[in-house]
Amino acid sequence: MKKNTVNEMKLSFPSKSVNEAFARAAVAAFVMGLDPTVGELSDLKTAVSEAVTNCIVHGYRRESGVIYINGAIYEDKRTVITVRDKGVGIADVKQAMQPLFTTSPDEERAGLGFAVMQSFCDRVRVRSTPGRGTSVTLEKQLGKHDE
Amino acid sequence: MKTEYKNNVLTAFIDGEIDHDSAVRIRARVDGAAQTLRPRLLCLDFSGVSFMDSSGVGLVMGRYRQMQLLGGSLRVVNIPDRLYRIFELSGLGELGVLR
Ligand SMILES: Nc1ncnc2c1ncn2[C@@H]1O[C@H](COP(=O)(O)OP(=O)(O)O)[C@@H](O)[C@H]1O
Ligand SMILES: [Mg+2]
Repeated sequence: MKKNTVNEMKLSFPSKSVNEAFARAAVAAFVMGLDPTVGELSDLKTAVSEAVTNCIVHGYRRESGVIYINGAIYEDKRTVITVRDKGVGIADVKQAMQPLFTTSPDEERAGLGFAVMQSFCDRVRVRSTPGRGTSVTLEKQLGKHDE
Repeated sequence: MKTEYKNNVLTAFIDGEIDHDSAVRIRARVDGAAQTLRPRLLCLDFSGVSFMDSSGVGLVMGRYRQMQLLGGSLRVVNIPDRLYRIFELSGLGELGVLR
């Protein structure tokens, strides 16, 4: 564990859509000790739900694969959650992150996943290699109300 | 999910969490009822929704198109305050379906 890290966790689970609810509940439980506000918790859960859904519907498409989540909490209550898949990857990340851009309009995707992650977190980083997979890092300052 | 049909208006009371997993089931139930009843108006009541990600926006957009095909219209009512931010990102407000 790095010096100013208070806690860490690692999760891995199969890319089944029932695990969207599991993943956001697990991340919520991980940060509970920081006494986040209702709004902060709901923002983080929504962002995690978007990232995990993307691994399932885009990363692994109809195939099954494993989704990995790493979490870290720092001394200042900054929380960093990384959601990763070893799926198809994204050729043009900048284009993928444009609001309303989607490669699956027929499946009623709204093209808003990345827009939601960006609006609900302080920082979002995406690293992707076509054919190798995608990693999305969500960073959010929690527990702001007791500052 | 409870539904109610009165005066040519079909109301679906959606409850719990809307994500990609649950949206598939909600969509099947709502479209099934709408195709059978052919309502003038489909009303999605969101008062029981405790969580929603962008799959909820896809669900609403899809029902909007579905109702256009069936010759009716769509309205989303009783949206909890905390869900408004996602709807704002979506531009769905411009379609005039959110109440
Ligand atoms: N994990 C991923 N693996 C492969 N492609 C992805 C992944 N996440 C996102 N994408 C691509 O980025 C696009 C935009 O994602 P997003 O903003 O969440 O919208 P949506 O999921 O509604 O399509 C997707 O349509 C897809 O092409
Ligand atoms: Mg998405």
